[in-house]
Amino acid sequence: MSRLLPFIGFMLLAALFGFGIWWNTQHDPNAIPTPLLDKPAPAFNLPKLYEPTQTVSKADLLGKPYLLNVFASWCIECGVEHPVLQAEGPTLGVQLVGYNYKDAPTDAKRWLAEHGSPYAVVIADEPGHTAIDFGVYGAPESFLIDAQGVIRYKHIGPLTPDVMAKELKPAIAALRKETP
Amino acid sequence: MSERARASRLKPLPQGYLLRLLLVILCAFASFAHAQAIEPMPFANHAQELRFQQLTHQLRCPMCQNETLADSNAPIARDLRNQIFQMMQQGKSDDEIKQYLVARYSDFVLYDPPLTRGTWLLWFGPLLILLGGGGVVLVAVRKRGRMPANGSPGPRPSIDNGDDW
Repeated sequence: MSRLLPFIGFMLLAALFGFGIWWNTQHDPNAIPTPLLDKPAPAFNLPKLYEPTQTVSKADLLGKPYLLNVFASWCIECGVEHPVLQAEGPTLGVQLVGYNYKDAPTDAKRWLAEHGSPYAVVIADEPGHTAIDFGVYGAPESFLIDAQGVIRYKHIGPLTPDVMAKELKPAIAALRKETP
Repeated sequence: MSERARASRLKPLPQGYLLRLLLVILCAFASFAHAQAIEPMPFANHAQELRFQQLTHQLRCPMCQNETLADSNAPIARDLRNQIFQMMQQGKSDDEIKQYLVARYSDFVLYDPPLTRGTWLLWFGPLLILLGGGGVVLVAVRKRGRMPANGSPGPRPSIDNGDDW
């Protein structure tokens, strides 16, 4: 038995390290859990990207669930996410609201002209103050906000087909079950 | 002669001058390196600036997760520094500013996380591992102590069959 002890110790360590590697493949180590989950989304009032004289507020969007997608022309990962949003966005059954984060309006418009826009409306937060209230620290990030204006789901990083199938779509389905 | 005397009298002056100049340059660079990530902010006074430095050194940048808000050059760190500065001008206390950030970015932004149900393993995990390791050592030492004492200090006889456990 005592001869086996070093071997058992080794196996325990190997199991621990293996678990660590597995855990990091399942979780994004850079994602910070948001304290805003299941809490009312912060109030905002931001100009539209294409009509800067008009603003969109949180109250304007109440009544229907929507997916608030934080993007920017300088964000490389957004280019990965964008085709997925373009392809799957219309099948989600919720309105897509683009949240242009810390971007020059001309750059944002050029980027959307080039990649296409999956959004029903795009709001612009060039200074990035409102984004702090949302706990945004980069792009892309996505918030699923229900008809009452409560944040029901958040994803940090690009929405991939896998994330959509395993997380976003079930979250939207759960919303639909609540409101007949 | 008087010329030479004057020259020798003058000699130490340029050296001291050079040394002082060098010191000034070095000091300037040191402060430059320190303030690298921070753009100048219109602080009301020096005490406020010190408080700002102290506070931003206690907070973690959400983007570059190994840097403090004071050190990071990430856009979000710059925005949060500005936000903290604005809140200081409004007379908010350090605790209020920390609360504000925790409400948006969770306990993650604190380098000194509070002791809660979610963090007890973080706080006491190392102690548990230390106790576990200490227990193993204690058992091993006791076991060795129970072995028959060997008078001669020379190489151990075959009673120790290479099994140190």
